Amino acid sequence: MEATGGRGATGSLPHRMGTRRPFPAHILVFIAPAVAIYTVFMVFPLFDSLRLSLYAPQGGGSVFTGLGNYVRLLTDPLYAPRFWGAVRHNLVFFAVHMLVQNPIGLVLAVALSSRRLRGRTVYRTLLFMPTVLSFVIVGFIWQLILSPLWGVGEAMMRMAGLGGYFRPWLGMEGPALVALSLISVWQFVGVPMLLFHAALLAIPDEFIEAARVDGASGWMTFWRIVFPLILPTVGVVAILTYVGNFNAFDLIYTVQGALAGPNFSTDILGTLFYRTFFGFQLQLGNPTMGATISGAMFALIMAGVLLYVFVWQRRVQVYEL
Amino acid sequence: MARADVWREPLRAPAAVTKEGWGPPGAHLVLGAYVLVAIFPVVLIVMNSFKSRAAIFGEAYTPPRPGTFDLIGYETVFTRGHFERYFSNSVAVTGTAIILIVLLGAAVAFALSQYRFRGNTSLALYMAVGIMIPIRLGTVSILNLSSALGLANTLWSLVLVYTAQGLPLAVFILQLFMRQVPRDLLDAARIDGMSEYRIFGLVLPLVRPAVASVAVLTMIPIWNDLWFPLILAPGEATKTVTLGAQMFVGQFISDWNALLAALTLAMLPVLALYVVLSRQLIRGLTAGALK
Repeated sequence: MEATGGRGATGSLPHRMGTRRPFPAHILVFIAPAVAIYTVFMVFPLFDSLRLSLYAPQGGGSVFTGLGNYVRLLTDPLYAPRFWGAVRHNLVFFAVHMLVQNPIGLVLAVALSSRRLRGRTVYRTLLFMPTVLSFVIVGFIWQLILSPLWGVGEAMMRMAGLGGYFRPWLGMEGPALVALSLISVWQFVGVPMLLFHAALLAIPDEFIEAARVDGASGWMTFWRIVFPLILPTVGVVAILTYVGNFNAFDLIYTVQGALAGPNFSTDILGTLFYRTFFGFQLQLGNPTMGATISGAMFALIMAGVLLYVFVWQRRVQVYEL
Repeated sequence: MARADVWREPLRAPAAVTKEGWGPPGAHLVLGAYVLVAIFPVVLIVMNSFKSRAAIFGEAYTPPRPGTFDLIGYETVFTRGHFERYFSNSVAVTGTAIILIVLLGAAVAFALSQYRFRGNTSLALYMAVGIMIPIRLGTVSILNLSSALGLANTLWSLVLVYTAQGLPLAVFILQLFMRQVPRDLLDAARIDGMSEYRIFGLVLPLVRPAVASVAVLTMIPIWNDLWFPLILAPGEATKTVTLGAQMFVGQFISDWNALLAALTLAMLPVLALYVVLSRQLIRGLTAGALK
């Protein structure tokens, strides 16, 4: 590590440098632009938004209210039912993804990772395709397919002998949320599939070989050997699903509008946040209450991430492969 | 994909079929069935966008044929919508943001992986925080900021927000790859008198695959985003394709030809790009999440 000479090298020797000299200018040139944009347009707004949530508008200015907005959000008859409803809907949205999307993703990953599979790349490309479409397009596509007007969805169910079960689900208070969750599942199943696929490929052949020699069935091999080895990925998928859940505004807004109908039955925190701070139709925008809702979302996300880092990651056994 | 065949199917997969080289039929059955689920809705929309109204409803499942082929939907979209403008807005925003993300992100990644300086670890952590927290939570302040800076209803407000949103993951992935560049090579360049900036220019092409992955990976959410265009730049002059499609389709909800044509137009660029770049995308996604 003895780099001598060279004008650019002065004061910039990589590694094991004394740190007592002035901060090297070229490092500053490398990091400053990115740090500036990231700080101004992401970190600052996140903190400033939290700060705003502690204020309430009064007259022309605003006044500090501490946690008053949060108390209002959780208890005021105007806000509380909407807020708790949205939290509940977000949880349903998350649960559907955990129970449907991630298991399907795992099954597809197992199939995709099977030995000597022809056409692996083609399968992977096609299966991941819906994920690259926007929520807007996906929302409209399914809105059309599920539309009783076009009747395509109904006709397909009839072919499967289930014609009698078709309903205009997106317009029904009970099933609309689950239908929307399943649309999102359809779109994003490629993500857990790829992550599980990568984890499965990392398992050495000998492990499976040994289990086979010992007479374990395929099913047993999977649950006793393979699944424990990919458990860390299960956690990654779960936390990504959880955080992604809070970005689902686009789909609901596209299919059901900002009022998240019918009768707010598909209202999630994203749509509630939008209506509250931006205003919609007769409702006037309220930036500080909006900031309060994003603060609550922040708390929910942090709770999930902390649970993942301090409970799941500590408990789960990671095997060095 | 050196280890692509590591995980094997359950023992029940018939050995004879495996020998023929197609792999386990069970896997093909599962994957084939789900491929249908994944692509059928898209194919249905694209196919019907080229048909007359009667055929869309009468024979939804057949490809367009001479009797049913009709471009009326596209005519409506091109005369009534402003898709060319939406499209060029999206290209401008996404393109500029990607260039900034890759260039500025690579510079930080280079500094983090090449130099040991005060605050190196804290900087890495500071940048990594943004990977998990959705930037949307700061929207109220971003909107204030954008008006305060005079950026309301400009494409620049979108570019800057997307750049900030894309940087954390870009820095994270790029530094993983830059750490693997042989240090001797760079030291040799230093001995030859190259400036640190020239050396950065030397490293960038060496991690080209990672740069491509980052570019594709960050491009998709930017191109597809509805939230920020809706809030920061909803004006007619600054609409992106995603917002334009959302509003257009909302207006033409009863004109099925226009509806299907608009959807097809909005998704074809993304799909075309995906077919070309899917390898980079998939590699980037797995690198980002598992490393």
